[in-house]
Amino acid sequence: MSASAPTPAIEVRGLRKSFGALDVLKGIDCRVAHGEVVCVIGPSGSGKSTLLRCVNRLDEPTGGQVFVGGVEVTDPDVDIDAVRRRIGMVFQQFNLFPHLTVTENLTLPQRRVMRLDRTRAGAVARSNLERVGLSEKADAYPLQLSGGQQQRVAIARALVMQPEVMLFDEPTSALDPELVGDVLAVMRELARDGMTMIVVTHEMSFAREVADRVIFMDNGVIVEEGDPARVIGAPRHERTRSFLARLLP
Amino acid sequence: MTDTASTAPARRRLTRRQRARLIRSTQYVVLVAAVATFAVAADWGRIGEAFFDVEIIRELFPEMLTVALKNTVLYTLCAYSFGLVLGMVLALMRLSPVLPYRALATIYIEFFRGVPALLVLIAFGYGIPVALNSEVPGGILGTITVALGLVAAAYIAETLRAGIQAVPRAQMEAARSLGMSHGRAMVSIIIPQAFRIILPPLTNELILLTKDSSLVYLLGVTLQTRELAKFGRDALNQYVSMTPILVAGLCYLIITIPLGYVVRRLEARQAQAR
Repeated sequence: MSASAPTPAIEVRGLRKSFGALDVLKGIDCRVAHGEVVCVIGPSGSGKSTLLRCVNRLDEPTGGQVFVGGVEVTDPDVDIDAVRRRIGMVFQQFNLFPHLTVTENLTLPQRRVMRLDRTRAGAVARSNLERVGLSEKADAYPLQLSGGQQQRVAIARALVMQPEVMLFDEPTSALDPELVGDVLAVMRELARDGMTMIVVTHEMSFAREVADRVIFMDNGVIVEEGDPARVIGAPRHERTRSFLARLLP
Repeated sequence: MTDTASTAPARRRLTRRQRARLIRSTQYVVLVAAVATFAVAADWGRIGEAFFDVEIIRELFPEMLTVALKNTVLYTLCAYSFGLVLGMVLALMRLSPVLPYRALATIYIEFFRGVPALLVLIAFGYGIPVALNSEVPGGILGTITVALGLVAAAYIAETLRAGIQAVPRAQMEAARSLGMSHGRAMVSIIIPQAFRIILPPLTNELILLTKDSSLVYLLGVTLQTRELAKFGRDALNQYVSMTPILVAGLCYLIITIPLGYVVRRLEARQAQAR
C-alpha cells in the first residue's frame, strides 16, 4: 500500500487458489475503494465465486494476500470470526436457517456473535427487515417465502451485523425471472447508501447501471476491468466480446 | 377353430380395473371367513378367563402403575439421558479432525453396538463389582442407567453423526460468514437442524430402550424396584394366569404408542417449517 493513497476497503494481491490439480485462481490483483460497487462477470468456472469466497476465507487461498479495511484476512493468526463480522455475504441459494423464523434468522447472529440483548437485536432486525420491505414476514419461516423474499431476508441478515463490505455471490441466479427485480432493487438501494460491494452476477443491466467498475474474469485471471459502459459496451478483449455476445444476443 | 379362438379370450379377459376389483374382493372374503371361523370356533369363556381375568386385573392395580410402570419409565429416561449426552460427545468425536478422537469413538461404537445389552448389564451388575470390589453408585437405578446408557450411546452417536452430516454444508458456511465460530455454529445452527432430521430414529431408540429396561430383572430387584416385565412375571407365578403378562404388555403400549404420536406431531410441525 502506498502511503498517499487511502486504505482501500478490499485489496487482493496475487491471490491464487487450487483445488487439487485444478488452478481456479491464477494470481488476482484488485482493489475496491470505500463505497465502490464492483461487479464481477465471466463464464461459469472462471473463478468469480472462488474469488469472493477467498475474501472471507470460506475457501482457503493457496497463495497471495487479502486485506479488508487494512486487516490482512490471510494472516494465519488473524481472528477470522472477527474479520468475517465485518464482511457480509449473500449466497446464490440464500442459505437462511430453515429452523428459525425470519426474525430469529436476524437476531440470532446479533445475540450470539455481538452479544446484543433480545430487545436491541429485535430492534435492529425490525429496521433491517423494513429496509428490504419484508416487515410483514417477520414471523414466517424461510421456506414459506418465495425465493426473492428469502434472498431479501438473507441480505437483511447480513446487514444486521453492520458489515463494512458486502459480497454477493450470484444473488439472483437461483430466482425466477419475475422475482429478480425486487432483489436488485434492494441492492441498488444499498449501493446508493454507500455500501462497498462486490457483486458476482450475470445481470448485465444491473452491472451497467449500478456498478462503478466491472471486472471480467475468465479462466482464473482478470481479463479486463473498467467503467461498466466501456467493458460491457465496447470490450477490448476477444474473450470478453465472445462472452458478452453469448449473454446478450 | 377361428370361432373358439375369438370367443375364449373374450370370455376370460377382464379389464385391468375389473381384475384389481376381483383380487381385492377375494382378499376381503378370505379375511372375513378367517375371522368368522375363529370367532365361532374359539371358546370365549376360557379365553377371557385365561387372558383377561378381571379379578386379577383389579388386584394388580394400582401397583402396576405406581411401581412397575413408574420404574420402567424411570429406568428408561435415566439410561436414555445418559446415552444422549454420551452419544453427542461420541458423535462430535467421530466428526473431529483429530484422528485419535475419531479412532476412540469408532472403537467405542463398534464395541458397544456389537455386544448384547444383556452382557453389559451383567458386567456392571456383577462383573465389575467382583473385579474392582466396588459397585456402581446409585444401586439398581445407577447400574441400569450406566449399562443401558453406554449401549444406547453407541447407537445414538451414529444416528447423531448421520444427522449432523445431513445438514447442508452451506448452513455452516452461512453461519461462519456471519462471524460465528465453528462451535457456536454447531450449537445454534447445525445440531438443532440435525435433531429435527433424526427425531424419528431417536424416538425409535427410546422405544427400544423402554423394552430393554426389562433386563433389570437380572440384577435381583426388590418389590419396590420392579418394573413392568418383572412385575408381570411375579404376578404370573402368584396367580397362575396369563392375565398379568397381557396387562404388562398393554402398559408398555401406554408408553410407546404416545411416543409414536408425539413424533408424528413433531414431524408435521417440522414439515411446516421446512
